[in-house]
Amino acid sequence: MTRALLTWGVVCAGILLAGCGEKPQTAGPRKGDAAASQGATAAYTAPGWKQGDAASWESHIKKRAEGQDEYTRTNRN
Amino acid sequence: MARMKFICDAERCIECNGCVTACKAEHDVPWGVNRRRVVTLNDGRAGEKSISVACMHCSDAPCMAVCPVDCFYRTAEGVVLHDKDTCIGCGYCSYACPFGAPQFPSNGTFGLRGKMDKCTFCAGGPEDNGSVAENEKYGRNRLAEGKLPLCAEMCSTKALLGGDGDVVADIFRNRVLTRGKGSEVWGWGTAYGKPTGGAAQPQGKK
Repeated sequence: MTRALLTWGVVCAGILLAGCGEKPQTAGPRKGDAAASQGATAAYTAPGWKQGDAASWESHIKKRAEGQDEYTRTNRN
Repeated sequence: MARMKFICDAERCIECNGCVTACKAEHDVPWGVNRRRVVTLNDGRAGEKSISVACMHCSDAPCMAVCPVDCFYRTAEGVVLHDKDTCIGCGYCSYACPFGAPQFPSNGTFGLRGKMDKCTFCAGGPEDNGSVAENEKYGRNRLAEGKLPLCAEMCSTKALLGGDGDVVADIFRNRVLTRGKGSEVWGWGTAYGKPTGGAAQPQGKK
């Protein structure tokens, strides 16, 4: 009986203490950020531009943004 | 150099919340945090208008100005991002932002406010482009994949436009001229500056 109570107490204390856990929040030095034109290692990169070439990325993104204009796509202008 | 911007066309937004869903799914945004949301004015009345709102990636961002730990930075493409490792979750940026963009997950101990989370224009954060660390903290980096933000790309009515400010402003201007009304862009002056201090507001006849 005492053993069961003790086990139960330890389990309860464990659950309660688990609520106090938190990821450490340590401040570090400021990081740099690579330009988007440097590309990503992801396998989902859109085709039609060269990674690392800023001009190629910009022209590709511009073309992609212009694709949002359905007037152009449907030739309604 | 491109200057990335969003425009939401209130004449086209149908409050489907597709942009909100796309954002949450693409970046695994947790419960209680909405990087993007749809605001409806005069809801249920004739002439109601809806707009999709997120971080406007301001040219003179108030969040950057008030941050006590200087965790914000602007990329070469004009996207306002922040470093979650530096953020202390104080909430100053939330008070400063006129669009309510900064979000704070309440998942810490005793309801502690977590580190700020906001729209990244699908450009990730300071970690390596496309890395697991970047994905876990900021979501997917679509810009580095040669793509535009998913919210704009999958908007069914193309109400929400995203991309280089000049390009999206041209698209919007073309629409306004074609349909002959709706030249007002909500939030344009606040986020992108007045015509003398920043990009010119798209003009058209009302």
